[in-house]
Amino acid sequence: MSQVLDTPPPTTTAPPDDVDLAALAARHGLSVSGARPTLPEYVRQLWARRHFIAAFSTAKLTAQYSQAKLGQLWQVMNPLLNAAVYFLIFGVLLGTKQGVPDYVPFLVTGVFIWTFTQSSILAGTRAISGNLGLVRALHFPRAALPISFCLQQLQQLLFSMGALVVILLAFGVPVAASWLLAVPTLVLQFTFNAGVSLIMARVGAKTPDIAQLMPFVLRTWMYTSGVMWSIDHLLAKHTDWPSWVGPVLQANPPAVYIDLMRFALIDSFHGSQLPPHVWALATGWALLAGVGGFIYFWKAEETYGRG
Amino acid sequence: MAENLNEQIPTVIADRVDIVYRVNGTGAGRGSATAALNRILRRKQTEKASGVRKVHAVKQVSFVAYKGEAIGLIGTNGSGKSTLLKAVAGLLPVENGAIYTDGQPSLLGVNAALMGDLTGERNVYLGGLAMGMSREQIKERYQEIVDFSGINDKGDFITLPMRTYSSGMGARLRFSIAAAKDHDVLLIDEALATGDRSFQKRSEARIRELRKHAGTVFLVSHNNKSIRDTCDRVLWLERGELRMDGPTEDVLKEYEAFTGDKKPRAKPKPKVAQPA
Repeated sequence: MSQVLDTPPPTTTAPPDDVDLAALAARHGLSVSGARPTLPEYVRQLWARRHFIAAFSTAKLTAQYSQAKLGQLWQVMNPLLNAAVYFLIFGVLLGTKQGVPDYVPFLVTGVFIWTFTQSSILAGTRAISGNLGLVRALHFPRAALPISFCLQQLQQLLFSMGALVVILLAFGVPVAASWLLAVPTLVLQFTFNAGVSLIMARVGAKTPDIAQLMPFVLRTWMYTSGVMWSIDHLLAKHTDWPSWVGPVLQANPPAVYIDLMRFALIDSFHGSQLPPHVWALATGWALLAGVGGFIYFWKAEETYGRG
Repeated sequence: MAENLNEQIPTVIADRVDIVYRVNGTGAGRGSATAALNRILRRKQTEKASGVRKVHAVKQVSFVAYKGEAIGLIGTNGSGKSTLLKAVAGLLPVENGAIYTDGQPSLLGVNAALMGDLTGERNVYLGGLAMGMSREQIKERYQEIVDFSGINDKGDFITLPMRTYSSGMGARLRFSIAAAKDHDVLLIDEALATGDRSFQKRSEARIRELRKHAGTVFLVSHNNKSIRDTCDRVLWLERGELRMDGPTEDVLKEYEAFTGDKKPRAKPKPKVAQPA
């Protein structure tokens, strides 16, 4: 600023210090701007913005590949290439496929379902910190952002599932009524993902550094979730492990959803390979993360986007 | 301003508002890894020593805005006008004091919600939804928005991605989308400066129309002429403090004397500059 502007003229109109502005506001029924709404009110606001959530996620999805020559074909190509890389490393080079029937469908299902959780959480971590412009410009329940990003990943997964069906049929896995179980599995997994995303969105909004750390956390999580190997086989091989390792590995939420999806889609993946009370586990994780994450996120609603 | 307090209905009340920004990793050497580590390890130390700079953007500002008023916010760059506007919209938390509002004030601006990779058409829907309009409302207003923006005057541009638009075309479409919604309390941040002269005229007309529907309008602008044309009251902010609050002419006279801008403001494009 120039020198001239450094000496402003004296204030000519003093703020009315004698008037009790808070009382005036109360008398006319004015409410505090930017205050956190109650939880039921928040849910109602969020529901009112459902069309925005859907439109935003679809728009993000479409914008993702709009500059590529092959365009939306990448929606299917991307997960397929991903699966091919894992097949090359784990199936061919490391020989993890020994003893796992239908290894390719087994692996591809695992990779796709895991990718859904992974990218939802990654997107959730950056949902607020990466969209500060939007948060600071428009008024809407902030939970719309992480949920919208999860919805984008769900749509991405549906493309992948289309590719998965082709792979399943190509490897001779028969169409079965159990395929319908994929729907409740996806609903539960989406709820779980959204809940974790909401938690990470709040953490990432306060400490953006978390976004640098998450890829490592998620990679570690992936290798313990039985994405490219069968937890059953591993436990059978390592009988010397403490007895709690098995149940912990099997109760790991991504492992639960991956196994449920394999059980639903692949005929050689039997119910006996599922952990006990698997549906209760899947529902429990979904409710715990979904409800807990939503409340945790809402608790800091008024602080998002702070300078 | 306080004489007919009992007759007018207040829509926005700012009660001794302070707004403070905190910026990480500033100051000499404070962005380095050791300083950052130091900051994490010694949480209790003062914020300044830990490399977090506090910027006191708005200081002890109080005012009452009434229904039917159009209020201009003026001040030199960095005086806290836009910050105050965002706080009124509830988008920035206040450090001290409080801002009370009637209903939800909305900032006129949807830029952040729009995506350059999408067609203008999809951006109209996306922007409308982001502002809280329903699909039906947008469908109803769609043609109006496109016609107003004048995007299709030179061919079928609305079906092209927005990144292909010229900056003027993009600005026009953004303003048209933002102005499509009716608001209770409307906050406008320098929106009138966009587009060519004919679009500016249309924008000003639209602002006046919005003002008729809205309870109260706030306008941040560096264009004293558009403040004169639209506002009947002006708040002058300088270094975050409220310097003056009064009728447009009185405040602008003082402000122009302060900035050394006595003659009518020179326009960016010399050819349209004409003495008032």
